[in-house]
Amino acid sequence: MRMQKNAIALTIAAVCGGASLAASADTLTIATVNNGDMIRMQGLTEDFTAKTGHTVEWVTLEENVLRQRVTTDITTKGGAFDIMTIGMYETPIWGKNEWLVPLDDMSAEYNVDDILPAMSGGLSYDGTMYAAPFYGESSMIMYRADLMEAAGLEMPAAPSWAFIAKAARSMTDRDAEINGICLRGKAGWGEGGAFITAMSNSFGARWFDENWDAQFDSREWSDTLNFYKNMMDDAGPPGYATNGFNENLSLFQQGKCGMWIDATVAASFVTNPDDSTVADKVDFALAPDNGMGVRSNWLWAWALAIPAGTEKVAAAKQFIEWATSTDYIELVAEKEGWANVPPGARISLYENENYKDIPFAKMTLESILSADPSNSTVDPTPYVGVQFAAIPEFAGIATEVSQEFSAAYAGQQTIAEALEKAQALTNDAMEAAGYK
Amino acid sequence: MARAITNNRKIINTTAAWLIGLLIFFPILWTILTSFKTEAQAIASPPLFVGFDWTLENYQVVLERSNYARFLWNSIFIAGGSTLLGILIAVPAAWSMAFVPSKKTKDILLWMLSTKMLPAVGVLYPIYLLFIKMGLLDSILGLTIVLMLINLPIIVWMLYTYFKEIPVDILEAARMDGASLRSEILYVLTPMALPGIASTMLLNFILAWNEAFWTLNLTAAKAAPLTAFIASYSSPEGLFYAKLSAASTMAIAPILVLGWFSQKQLVRGLTFGAVK
Repeated sequence: MRMQKNAIALTIAAVCGGASLAASADTLTIATVNNGDMIRMQGLTEDFTAKTGHTVEWVTLEENVLRQRVTTDITTKGGAFDIMTIGMYETPIWGKNEWLVPLDDMSAEYNVDDILPAMSGGLSYDGTMYAAPFYGESSMIMYRADLMEAAGLEMPAAPSWAFIAKAARSMTDRDAEINGICLRGKAGWGEGGAFITAMSNSFGARWFDENWDAQFDSREWSDTLNFYKNMMDDAGPPGYATNGFNENLSLFQQGKCGMWIDATVAASFVTNPDDSTVADKVDFALAPDNGMGVRSNWLWAWALAIPAGTEKVAAAKQFIEWATSTDYIELVAEKEGWANVPPGARISLYENENYKDIPFAKMTLESILSADPSNSTVDPTPYVGVQFAAIPEFAGIATEVSQEFSAAYAGQQTIAEALEKAQALTNDAMEAAGYK
Repeated sequence: MARAITNNRKIINTTAAWLIGLLIFFPILWTILTSFKTEAQAIASPPLFVGFDWTLENYQVVLERSNYARFLWNSIFIAGGSTLLGILIAVPAAWSMAFVPSKKTKDILLWMLSTKMLPAVGVLYPIYLLFIKMGLLDSILGLTIVLMLINLPIIVWMLYTYFKEIPVDILEAARMDGASLRSEILYVLTPMALPGIASTMLLNFILAWNEAFWTLNLTAAKAAPLTAFIASYSSPEGLFYAKLSAASTMAIAPILVLGWFSQKQLVRGLTFGAVK
């Protein structure tokens, strides 16, 4: 009889508990990009649902499509998404416009102070964080240690552009289809535009002076583009003007690049023996500098933000706390191994003994720490950002500028012509936007 | 007198037709082949044509990761719904333009067609705001209406062309026999123009199935069709070409099958009235 009463009580409690969970459960719609870390997160969503009762519907889109899609929604307060995956470029602009919910009241367990300052700083506006980093990245040199040795050279931990150019030419073997260096040349502000902007920083160039005047007529920009083109013509792959991240990744994995300077997240791809034919021959170094005190690495984060139009702020914050927490990192490590945890977001990850064994962990952290969005150029600028200027007009302008640069790489016009056009179109756009 | 076609001429024509056909079909063939490769084989240089280990792994991954059935049904409902709705509106419109033309009919037809030249992105924000106000965002009904509207000029033009081929005397005879306007359109005009209507519907269905701008911009999780399914496997930072190819193959397979079975109807409809 007593057992029966207990069973009834338990059943009632379970029903009440379930009803309470169901009553407070939301379905979150999350817009995200298609990359390995995000896909992994989608596969682990059941853990979040089990802990909170909230379910998740994913909208996965290609990066540029996603950018357009979420921009349309947030500027119209459409409310189609409860969480958006955005980057360091959008976050301060959207935060300033009050299009995002401030993430200034995260729980104590979440430990905001554990987020790398470079990441939280880049995802803040006026001291308030508007997006939580899911993973962060910089850029670094990935190189073939065997080819470097065969060329009789030793890669310094922090090389200069002069050394990189020399090494690239030495490692090039056209008969064996080995290109000394593979770099982005593809048009697009997030493709070749991002690379050349970060490179130009180390040559002392900048997009704008303090009065928002374009600086493409400067000697520094001319030096950057001439150096890039000469080196790539001598040691780059054929058709480099149209190569982006994926094309270079493919070349590197097939053993056709001596060096590749690109996103730190690529390190896990090129060292994965399932995909890369050179997995055991890869080593890493900081992105080069030109002796002017600024390195040529960028800084980026894919982060989760809550649009101001959503009605499910509380559930959305719960999800962001789950997805960007140290517990999540441990969950991924347990299921997929430490090499697959989202990198570059939390300090504690780099203090973890298990993660220290990952070959690219140290260099990734050093690269992230050496990039400063607030002080990315030799001369002062009025903008924030390493490989971009965090103003709404930048994406459109930089896409056009990078098209001119790509045309110069391809030999369709001279570098002087490309810079002249870039100068004119940038100044026109800035004038039209009211900066001058 | 018809000119005799020699055997040599026939062979040359047939070979040329096959070559052009293969050239046009090659991207689809390559996509299908890539979908059966591993990611490493998909990017191999020189490209692997058939000498690779065929695998179904990409299809398995895609089916595990995405709810293909939901995307498929959304595509069927949106493409089918917009086609039916478009035909219902276009048949009376084309009838009036073909058989009761006014001085402005040609101008209206040209104006309708000119709306197709407007860049879609130019009206994205007004339509997005309308959708928010009307609660149509991420809904099958909303997308059905938009796709019907953007394809309506083509439907009206095609039907107008077919209707113009039908002798007006037949319709007048029906009227003299006491047929109402509804009966005239339903029981006299429609059966005679059936090949043209069928091919118009097929073409509109294909256009709606393949439409990517509006289907990506006006949907989120609920009403997303197969175009969004494909977009979810494209990435500028990561080599997912084999999976993208598998997703693309799964997205185009239904429309390829439909096109294969209805090709005679399509060709007949599209060439209707071409030779006078």
